[in-house]
Amino acid sequence: MTATLEVRDLKTHFFTRAGVVRAVDGVSFAVDRGKVLGLVGESGSGKTVTGFSIMGLVDPPGRIAGGKILFKGRDLASLSEEEMRALRGNRIAMIFQDPMMTLNPVLRIDTQMIETVQAHERVSREEARQRARDALGQVGIPSPDERLRSYPHQFSGGMRQRVAIAIALLHKPDVIVADEPTTALDVTIQGQILAEAQKLCRVTGTAMIWITHDLSVVAGLADDIAVMYAGRVVEQGPVDEVLDAPFHPYTVGLIGSVPSRNRRGEPLRQIPGMTPSLLDLPAGCTFRARCPRAEPRCAEPPPMAEYSPGRFARCIHPYNVPEMAA
Amino acid sequence: MSAAVQEVAGAGLAPRAPVMELRGVSRRFSRGLDLAAKVAQRLGAPVKEEIVHAVDGVDLSIAKGEVVGLVGESGCGKSTLGRMVAGILPPSDGAILWRGRDLRSLNGADAREAKLRTQMIFQDPYASLNPRLKVAEIVGEAPMVHGIVRRRDLEPYVDEQMRRAGLDPAFRRRYPHQFSGGQRQRIGIARALAVQPDFLVCDEAVAALDVSIQAQILNLFMKLRRELDLTYLFISHDLGVVEHLSDRVVIMYLGRVVEAAPAEEVFRRANHPYTQALLSEVPRIETRKRAFAGVKGEIPSPLNPPPGCHFHPRCPHAFDRCRVERPALKPVAAGHTSACHLNDRT
Ligand SMILES: Nc1ncnc2c1ncn2[C@@H]1O[C@H](COP(=O)(O)OP(=O)(O)OP(=O)(O)O)[C@@H](O)[C@H]1O
Ligand SMILES: Nc1ncnc2c1ncn2[C@@H]1O[C@H](COP(=O)(O)OP(=O)(O)O)[C@@H](O)[C@H]1O
Ligand code: SF4
Ligand SMILES: [Mg+2]
Ligand SMILES: [Mg+2]
Repeated sequence: MTATLEVRDLKTHFFTRAGVVRAVDGVSFAVDRGKVLGLVGESGSGKTVTGFSIMGLVDPPGRIAGGKILFKGRDLASLSEEEMRALRGNRIAMIFQDPMMTLNPVLRIDTQMIETVQAHERVSREEARQRARDALGQVGIPSPDERLRSYPHQFSGGMRQRVAIAIALLHKPDVIVADEPTTALDVTIQGQILAEAQKLCRVTGTAMIWITHDLSVVAGLADDIAVMYAGRVVEQGPVDEVLDAPFHPYTVGLIGSVPSRNRRGEPLRQIPGMTPSLLDLPAGCTFRARCPRAEPRCAEPPPMAEYSPGRFARCIHPYNVPEMAA
Repeated sequence: MSAAVQEVAGAGLAPRAPVMELRGVSRRFSRGLDLAAKVAQRLGAPVKEEIVHAVDGVDLSIAKGEVVGLVGESGCGKSTLGRMVAGILPPSDGAILWRGRDLRSLNGADAREAKLRTQMIFQDPYASLNPRLKVAEIVGEAPMVHGIVRRRDLEPYVDEQMRRAGLDPAFRRRYPHQFSGGQRQRIGIARALAVQPDFLVCDEAVAALDVSIQAQILNLFMKLRRELDLTYLFISHDLGVVEHLSDRVVIMYLGRVVEAAPAEEVFRRANHPYTQALLSEVPRIETRKRAFAGVKGEIPSPLNPPPGCHFHPRCPHAFDRCRVERPALKPVAAGHTSACHLNDRT
């Protein structure tokens, strides 16, 4: 079975005056129908650029410099802008951290939603309105008829995000890329949105890439996890296995610094130093300077290795590897 | 640290003399009318200015050396409360007692001391630092102005504050934009420490930082607490962070305190339905593939809060009384208070 979406050795670089920013530099992963991949990493690690690359939204000075983005086996990176436009918002949709990236502040919600429906399907206005109403109901917006006649500024942040999600749902896409959609929201509202996302995968079989820096959200939501560091995936595998027995020292450090993983009141385990500048990445393993397990061999770039079935890490000296493989 | 925790937790019943005490503190803001509304009002239309009850009748007492975590959702009044505690915003009603003395009654040197002793650390370190000043000036300005240090001692003094906050004094001539987010927060901390406070109000001080950097800054706060015997009001929407470092936790909803208790008690035996809902929605790294549910309904607007218990429209247990009568904050266990009518029911 081919995955719904497969990203293979994706490279997206920004050719700036200060030099080439290798924001995404050899990223690979796959998501199946009805599954959620949690893409985690700290700010600047390349999560958003990965999402934009999938959507074909990378603008100059950036461009996809290599690799493949296979949507049901078809390479998106090789499509024309017109072909991509036919897929975007239709078969592949994105939910942004800021819902106003999706919403137009001067248009009523019904206008925006009806336009979106009619952009990809020949349906009557009335039918499109019905679809919009259903989508709003689906994301838990009360009195959808009344809400359709409102403008975005008349909604709270959480409701705006739900409208943006409803718009992403209009065509029951095969793939949704969600870029930190709940980061700015309160926990009780975040819970509502995560519940919607779960339902969506289950009911419509959408494959989802959920981008976040919050490991706890990924723990509750995702099937698989890919951890990014400085433009690369450094570890990936099933969520339970990665969170319970991480291989890569960076993953170990990230999990260790979550407060609930520490004894109350004791100093938190912390990763020393900070993320390197993408313009000036160290040779070899880019985590080397912060890594407690670094050794001279780490000055060579470590390959992505499968240390146990379905579990990969880009490290020559991983933790928690089962005896046989190590 | 653990010694201090035990001391305070043990003192749950008879806390040490409070350094800060809030009695029935409220703060209202009026949302000014726009021009059209003003004209309409002039012409006799029944247009009223909108009043936000940002903080509504809060009692709170903070003992010396205590770390009090203040939690609640966006707009519930945490920052407003924090600013009043820090003495940079006067309450509309009620009294704030600093070391037993009403802040309003202080003047001259006393008022100045009260202000310096309580310092505030903000979420966005960048917005709170003057981009045109070098770090040494940012950190050294206030202690110079207030005569805490003489000019010829300033340089070593600034170096000491920077080191304490975990910044290399070699960076003293750099500007804020030349630092990372975590380092900028350290600059904010060094600036606050430079006036020798004994009380820090931290308003979402780690919210903008990545987890690995957040851990570094939280560790710094805990180290400073030990070294300088600081008291903290630690405002955060992140319950994991609050659980980790607070002795006591105060939960706010729409301007009011709904529950307050020692940290472990809140996380083990939350009493208020809002606290329970909040805790059940917090994603935890230990909980896998859970079914999310969400608390039904929206957070109501503080412009027009529901009558009675503010939480009643979203509360699964609400009954008639909740819709009309404001529940008082009452003891439910040692050192544990909650404002919910259900507690009167048995
Ligand atoms: N200067 C002001 N003028 C008018 N309204 C204000 C002012 N300051 C705060 N408010 C209102 O008071 C309420 C409480 O605001 P506050 O900033 O204290 O909330 P908060 O709990 O800190 O929220 P957040 O978690 O989003 O920081 C909000 O409705 C806010 O809009
Ligand atoms: N338009 C651009 N020009 C130059 N660099 C960029 C541009 N957009 C993103 N980058 C860089 O790419 C890197 C990855 O960014 P991003 O994907 O937004 O990170 P994340 O979403 O993980 O926080 C960052 O170093 C960022 O500065
Ligand atoms: S390759 Fe070396 S430096 Fe990199 S994470 Fe592994 S042990 Fe650490
Ligand atoms: Mg991003
Ligand atoms: Mg605030």
